[in-house]
Amino acid sequence: MSMDVIATFAVAICLFVGAIFSLVGSIGLLKFNDSMTRLHAPTKVGTVGVGSLLLASMIHSYTYGEGSMHELLIMAFLFVTAPISANFIAKVNMHKRSCDTPPSPPRDGTWSTYNVPEEDRELAEADTSS
Amino acid sequence: MSFASDLMNIALIVAFVAIGVAQIMAMIRLIIGPDTGDRILALDTMVVNAIGMIVLLGVAQGSRIYFEVSLIIAMLGFVSTVAYARFVLRGDIIE
Repeated sequence: MSMDVIATFAVAICLFVGAIFSLVGSIGLLKFNDSMTRLHAPTKVGTVGVGSLLLASMIHSYTYGEGSMHELLIMAFLFVTAPISANFIAKVNMHKRSCDTPPSPPRDGTWSTYNVPEEDRELAEADTSS
Repeated sequence: MSFASDLMNIALIVAFVAIGVAQIMAMIRLIIGPDTGDRILALDTMVVNAIGMIVLLGVAQGSRIYFEVSLIIAMLGFVSTVAYARFVLRGDIIE
């Protein structure tokens, strides 16, 4: 069994894994019944799903072409940015009250995303009363 | 070799179909999504699925030109997700 055959099998396996994870993540996005639980499912698409598709692309280019590691850039970018966007979406959920308010953190009084700075407090009160 | 490349072609077709179905399901969540957070999340998932689809196109055609496209779409997707979430949170994107 030559190296080409093994690499082709590896490409096929990586493609299968990526396809399955993308499908599972989107099924979870569609079927879960709470905003915060829905936030959990598509993270699999962003990491394992696209990650193994990119791995398949890398192995494929090394087998059939000149080969390149450029896909690592996309992978690193996605892995770095996925938690940030998830954090932002979770904050949107908390502010829109589309989830149960999480219990207060152990040391501080409130979650920092709910915190209003001292100088803006009158403005915020006027905003809620109107 | 022929069995391996047959398997790879089948895997390519399966992956195309799976990501297409995943894109459609994310679009359904984008339409019915009861809240703004769900819609932003569905858009983010659609961007990630689109990146996967473009990478698959690159594998299927054996071409290298799709790499730049997927990198730019990854950056654009992240920036648009953050901008949308920030707009919902603060009513403004750049203060």
